[in-house]
Amino acid sequence: MNAVAAQRWNFWGGIITALTLVWAILWAFPLYWGVISSLKPDDEVVRPYIELWPETPTLENYISALTTTQISAWYVNSVAVAVGVTVITIFISMLCGYAISQLRFPGRIALWWLILASFMVPTSALIINHFVLVANLGLLNSWAGIMLPQLIHPVIIIVYKQFFDQVPKDFREAAVMDNASEFGILFKIYMPMNWGVTTALSIVCFIWTWNAFLWPFLSVTRTEMMTITVGITQVNDAFGVYYARQLSAAVLAGLPVALAYLFFQRRVTEAITLSAGIKG
Amino acid sequence: MLRNSRTERLVALVLVAPFLAIYLLAFVYPMVQMFRISFTDAPLIGAGRWVGLDNYLRLDNDPMFRRALWNTAYFVLMTVVPGTLIALLIALGVSRLKGHFQSIVLALFFLPYILPVSVVYLIWDWTLNFQFGIAMHVLDWLGIPRVPVFKSRVWFLPAVAGVTIWWTAGFSILLFLAGLRSIPAEIYEAAALDNSTRWTTFRRITWPLLWPITSLVFTIQLILQLKIFDQVYLFSIGGRPNDNMVLVYYVFQKAFQQNQGGRAAAVAVTLFVLVVVVSVLQFQLLRFAERRRR
Repeated sequence: MNAVAAQRWNFWGGIITALTLVWAILWAFPLYWGVISSLKPDDEVVRPYIELWPETPTLENYISALTTTQISAWYVNSVAVAVGVTVITIFISMLCGYAISQLRFPGRIALWWLILASFMVPTSALIINHFVLVANLGLLNSWAGIMLPQLIHPVIIIVYKQFFDQVPKDFREAAVMDNASEFGILFKIYMPMNWGVTTALSIVCFIWTWNAFLWPFLSVTRTEMMTITVGITQVNDAFGVYYARQLSAAVLAGLPVALAYLFFQRRVTEAITLSAGIKG
Repeated sequence: MLRNSRTERLVALVLVAPFLAIYLLAFVYPMVQMFRISFTDAPLIGAGRWVGLDNYLRLDNDPMFRRALWNTAYFVLMTVVPGTLIALLIALGVSRLKGHFQSIVLALFFLPYILPVSVVYLIWDWTLNFQFGIAMHVLDWLGIPRVPVFKSRVWFLPAVAGVTIWWTAGFSILLFLAGLRSIPAEIYEAAALDNSTRWTTFRRITWPLLWPITSLVFTIQLILQLKIFDQVYLFSIGGRPNDNMVLVYYVFQKAFQQNQGGRAAAVAVTLFVLVVVVSVLQFQLLRFAERRRR
């Protein structure tokens, strides 16, 4: 490559980097704007010009959101549902993934295809019959009712199976020689060897459940049983036109998942690429 | 090694049982029921009479169903193709960066994807607020008249599509980045030695090698956007949902607002078939991509 061409290459490279950076800042700006607006007193929020930093930063919107709405109850519901779904889903999917990967039993292939096929089923088409089912079980407006249809994540079984497949057979054979029980092999060998996947999948499962909207929205009618994702959109009248208060509720609802992502950035991105069928 | 195969089967049964039980109860059973009640005139809760294909035949003359179908297609068109391209552009830009700088820039693009839809809704409803939204100040400054975006029939779906791209691009960007990382650096070095321009390098190397990922991102987006509901529902609050009708919204309206379970199920089955067809296509593409990588 001659010198002029190299220079041109670098020049355009610099431009592209600069554009990417500007674009990133513009992209995240609405988030910044939402957070900043939530820190402004009522009269500042509606000023007819752009104020990039609050003149008198205040937490009054947060205090008012916490005291005048049922946001703390929604928080408890969201945490209970998200933790419940995550623990149950990860546990049953791991067991099932292990069985398909390591054990020979009749119907194994059929089960595997069933799981692969259920990937395609749009759960949003099942809302009517999920509702009928949960209503018949008497679980509307309950944590169990919000959780039940969310416990099926075929992709988690698929990822587990792939990881268990990769564990060298020697480990298993040695353990079998030692007369270890199947449960012992799973919990003492296979699970510890795949802690990374388990953590990654748990974090994204928590995020997915926390963010779920359609089903929690349909299965709950009583305000105090709502999850936070639904709650903050259903009580507009409680806020009136207090935009800042609504935004502070939004910040509170988004904070746990945003923090989960920022703390476990690599795990989250790993799990998300895995769930799309790509090994990152 | 001799292993008691009966014990193995028993253990397998115990391990598979919890998942299978929930799967049959909360997945297979509702699915069978969906097909069954789509041939009846059942209300949301309760039994109905068998009406054969009546619910499906009605859809043919149902203007609201047509609008839902059309709007869904329109929405898919506005999100999938531009969304994939925008994500690709961003991924190309981000992949050039190094180390911490790259993770920070990636986080800026990725953060919206991690947020609940209702937070996304509140943020954009505020940003595009007709009276006080910051976007309207920008329009004023550019000398463009303000638009009540989510109350306008023309702008509603394009605006929701834009917000959706902003919300979901992070996912596609991740997949593209994984794809870009798997292209060996030597190929680029060879291209640089050949003095090929940036555009030629992209057209001859990056684009063809990235193609399996691009088609994967494309179909995942397609399936996701066919199921659009949340954003349309939320941005329609206090507006005109009937003008912005999409398929899942129509299922919701028929079943939960008009108490017509059977007719809603017919719409749901239509959506179901649509998504399955697209998914089968995706699965084929994925297998194709898998084979190419080896």
